[in-house]
Amino acid sequence: MPLSRDEVERIATLARIALTDEELERTAAQLGQVLALFERLRAVDTTGVEPMTHPHDQTLRLRDDVADETNRREAGQAMAPAVERGLYLVPKVIE
Amino acid sequence: MSAPATSALPAHASLRELRTRLDERQVSAVELAEECLRRVAASDLNAFIDVQAERTLAQAREADARLARGERGPLLGVPVAHKDVFVTRGWRTTAASKMLERYVSPFDAAVVERLAEAGAVCIGKTNCDEFAMGGSNEHSFFGPVRNPWDRSAIAGGSSGGSAAAVAAGLVPVATGTDTGGSVRQPAAFCGVTGLKPTYGRVSRHGIIAYASSLDQAGVIGTTAEDCALVLSAIAGFDARDSTSVERPGEDFTRELDRPIDGLRIGVPAEFFGDGLAEDVRAAVRAALETLRERGAQLVDVSLPKTELAIPAYYVLAPAEASSNLARFDGVRYGHRSERHTDLREMYCNTRAEGFGDEVKRRVLVGTYVLSHGYYDAYYLQAQKLRRLIADDFRRVFDAVDVVAGPVAPCVAWDLGSRVDDPVRNYLADVYTLPASLAGLPAMSVPAGFGECERPVGLQLVGRAFDEARLLRVAHAFQQASAWHLQRPA
Repeated sequence: MPLSRDEVERIATLARIALTDEELERTAAQLGQVLALFERLRAVDTTGVEPMTHPHDQTLRLRDDVADETNRREAGQAMAPAVERGLYLVPKVIE
Repeated sequence: MSAPATSALPAHASLRELRTRLDERQVSAVELAEECLRRVAASDLNAFIDVQAERTLAQAREADARLARGERGPLLGVPVAHKDVFVTRGWRTTAASKMLERYVSPFDAAVVERLAEAGAVCIGKTNCDEFAMGGSNEHSFFGPVRNPWDRSAIAGGSSGGSAAAVAAGLVPVATGTDTGGSVRQPAAFCGVTGLKPTYGRVSRHGIIAYASSLDQAGVIGTTAEDCALVLSAIAGFDARDSTSVERPGEDFTRELDRPIDGLRIGVPAEFFGDGLAEDVRAAVRAALETLRERGAQLVDVSLPKTELAIPAYYVLAPAEASSNLARFDGVRYGHRSERHTDLREMYCNTRAEGFGDEVKRRVLVGTYVLSHGYYDAYYLQAQKLRRLIADDFRRVFDAVDVVAGPVAPCVAWDLGSRVDDPVRNYLADVYTLPASLAGLPAMSVPAGFGECERPVGLQLVGRAFDEARLLRVAHAFQQASAWHLQRPA
């Protein structure tokens, strides 16, 4: 069952991906097929099963609270699309 | 590709053979690197995205200097190629995406770093599916990789460039990454040996993230022994990867020459069901028979949740991808759209222009399953299924040492034949996904040929952190078979 156009538009907005009209149609149909694949998953009884977030069920390590990276701002910003005086430039946000 | 007998690098030389030649100064690291670069330049497979001959030769000269000083090491002077999701200083790192078409990293991935320290010489960056999403290598901004056995077939994916490069003898070994089968499946389709280690065994630092709870670096080579040598160099704890496991280094070649007498090999019924093509079934059955003749005991087992690995994976991996790929916003690096009047439009158009179809599809699916009202039904349920799938393996490994079956339900298909059918592509991952979800080590070993003389892979899955035994079984198989020594014309 294809997803509705509205639904696809809503997801695409959340994902920040612009879709053309043609892409919207195609995506609605394809996402519908993918979601149909998930139906079998939903049918399984998983009462009492602990979700597995990670293969080894390990807890994340804590490290000492010390700086361990050197400042490499210039190297980091060398490939930014737009930078000025060490700041990343974006289109105007506040009018 | 046939190399002249006088060539510096015999086509498909094993690392052991290269070692002898390098140590005895019959060949230099520079000569080996030059020969690889020549072969890459002459190849029509589209296996490489970036080659920087000067950088390669500088690394080779350094390796020669170390050799001249009397230094020795299993990989010193050995050529290697890196899948283009490992970040590299000097070479571009694109993840086969328009988003990162011109990206050059300011640092090296841990795997790249460790292999460079071991003296391996980087020949270049190999093509793959965009952001490692895909199983055919057709989802690359730089075009598909061709299968060296049959140029009209896919190489498999996502590490298709690495598999094709090794199969064609362009490089002796290459790195890959495996999230749902991306090392094992292209290795199977190209007739080479592939190893995905236990999750957490090799550092993810500097691997462009796809699905962080599943991503693992791997190796593609001609033999199990070559994979063991490279794994020994790249495995080990790394504090920069939050899920790196704290275990000491290992020599993964240590069990290779031990016999497999009495070893119990589990054969899951679910891996030999209706969906398995007859040619693959016959080749894999014959391979299992070879293992039995070597002294292993075949045990029928069951992994009842096998098919549910498909929906579980295709919920979890896209969910993680949708989060990981949020960083590509056109602000800090990568592509930025020219078409915008405000910030939101800049984000939306940047991502529309920068991502290919399959990546967009997975980000959208991931966004959907994580969105308000759907989380429990999809994401949480998939995590519960993941637990059941891991439990299946745990039960089976109480009774057997290794699990064996096919890597893929069929041989490599024709280029372009399934591009518009994402779900059909997903279904073809059924045999590789369970080990990925359980985080277990797994291999693909050449096991003959099927339809159209295209290669078939035997999959071996081991207990967590049991790579040494897995490699021993693969090595034993390669002592008793010659499929891994077959070469494309």
